[in-house]
Amino acid sequence: MANERSDETNELDRRRFISGAVTGAAGFMAGGQAPIHSHAEEHQTVPADVALRVRALESLLIEKGMVKGEQLDEIVQTYQDTIGPRNGARVVAKAWTDTAYRQRLLTDATAAIAELGYAGAQGEHMVALEQTPAVHNLVVCTLCSCYPWPTLGLPPAWYKSAGYRSRAVIDPRGVLREFGVTVPDDVELRVWDSTAELRYLVIPQRPGGTDGLSEAALAELVTRDSMIGVGILPAVAPRGGQA
Amino acid sequence: MNGVHDMGGMHGMGPIGHDPDEPIFHHEWEGRVWAMFRATGAYGRGVWKNFRFELEQLPPAEYLRMPYYEKWFTVLVNRLERSRFITEAELASGKVDTSLPRPQAPPPPPPVPGAIPGASRLDLKVRARYRTGQSIRGRNIHPEGHTRLPRYVRGKRGVITRDHGVWALQDTDAAGGPVGHPQHVYTVRFAARELWGTQAAARDSVYVDLWEDHLERG
Repeated sequence: MANERSDETNELDRRRFISGAVTGAAGFMAGGQAPIHSHAEEHQTVPADVALRVRALESLLIEKGMVKGEQLDEIVQTYQDTIGPRNGARVVAKAWTDTAYRQRLLTDATAAIAELGYAGAQGEHMVALEQTPAVHNLVVCTLCSCYPWPTLGLPPAWYKSAGYRSRAVIDPRGVLREFGVTVPDDVELRVWDSTAELRYLVIPQRPGGTDGLSEAALAELVTRDSMIGVGILPAVAPRGGQA
Repeated sequence: MNGVHDMGGMHGMGPIGHDPDEPIFHHEWEGRVWAMFRATGAYGRGVWKNFRFELEQLPPAEYLRMPYYEKWFTVLVNRLERSRFITEAELASGKVDTSLPRPQAPPPPPPVPGAIPGASRLDLKVRARYRTGQSIRGRNIHPEGHTRLPRYVRGKRGVITRDHGVWALQDTDAAGGPVGHPQHVYTVRFAARELWGTQAAARDSVYVDLWEDHLERG
């Protein structure tokens, strides 16, 4: 997000531009190419008018009674603030601390995840994959962007990038090295390509130095990357508290 | 279709651009696109059928150029225009053409036998053609429509590791409605060396979820 500031400036310019357009100046779609500051595709460009066209569409749909502005706000807010990797982190932390739950999660992940209240679109058919000292799992969707929304939220741009989608299956160890993860040669690497309607949640190994931590404290340690299989969780340095 | 979307195993597709703290939406417009997509779904009931195929049909150069949510926006606009809910002129001017009829959402379709509300798996009894542990081969087929059989497993030998029950085939060349061609979906394990040769690590593998129509004995 190196160019966040200039994006905001552009956004202001666009707002002035569109308010001008709405008051009569037609043809605000005209415009050349401008760089978009999405780091995953930074070598690419996008027509400068995308944000304007989106805004125009929204006002059309509202005026036609097809959607309400507040309804859109609520959807954005839900996926921005409520549905996200903290949900998956709670599932993982519970699996670490509750053997019976872990077993249920590995047997029927959809039902076990629903026990914690996480269900719905793109989480209807879940499979949990357990990282072990002998097996490392990595999830990708080579054909599109399939991802378990109820537990991890919407996928990050890198997960949807052509680079990740193309290379995760042919060079997973190389991809993992780019993420700073070295999988030892004697560890079996399993790549899961979400081509059908199953969605995968990786259960990372519990980091060392976490004995005695509460489930809530453990959940704080779980990263989104670790639940996709591109991250591992570092051991926690002893803090001199009770063991 | 053998399109650029079917990326597994390709080289030179650019950087991954990993950011561990990436925001959900990079720009406000991305969130609005997402929300409009979710909110207008009911208007396309029974008409807007295969989002994935619509994405795949974007011109390849555009598919690779466009940020993710611009692709979604393009498909959404295409759908709204195709269904005559909006016109290109309205979108260009930002002004509603009041001579057009007010959009109406079609009524919900009648329940389909075998469909489970809120699920994709079907409640249908269909005999499984394959069993767990069986050796199979990804079929060497090249459908022009949408398919969930990636190119990199076609003609390759694998082993069934799990039977996931009965699902509607998503491939558009063969599809016949929401429960078209119900059949078992399996997870298939392909040894990395079967797919990529000796440059792959001997113990590694790729697991792919495939429908029976994608498989043959082998």
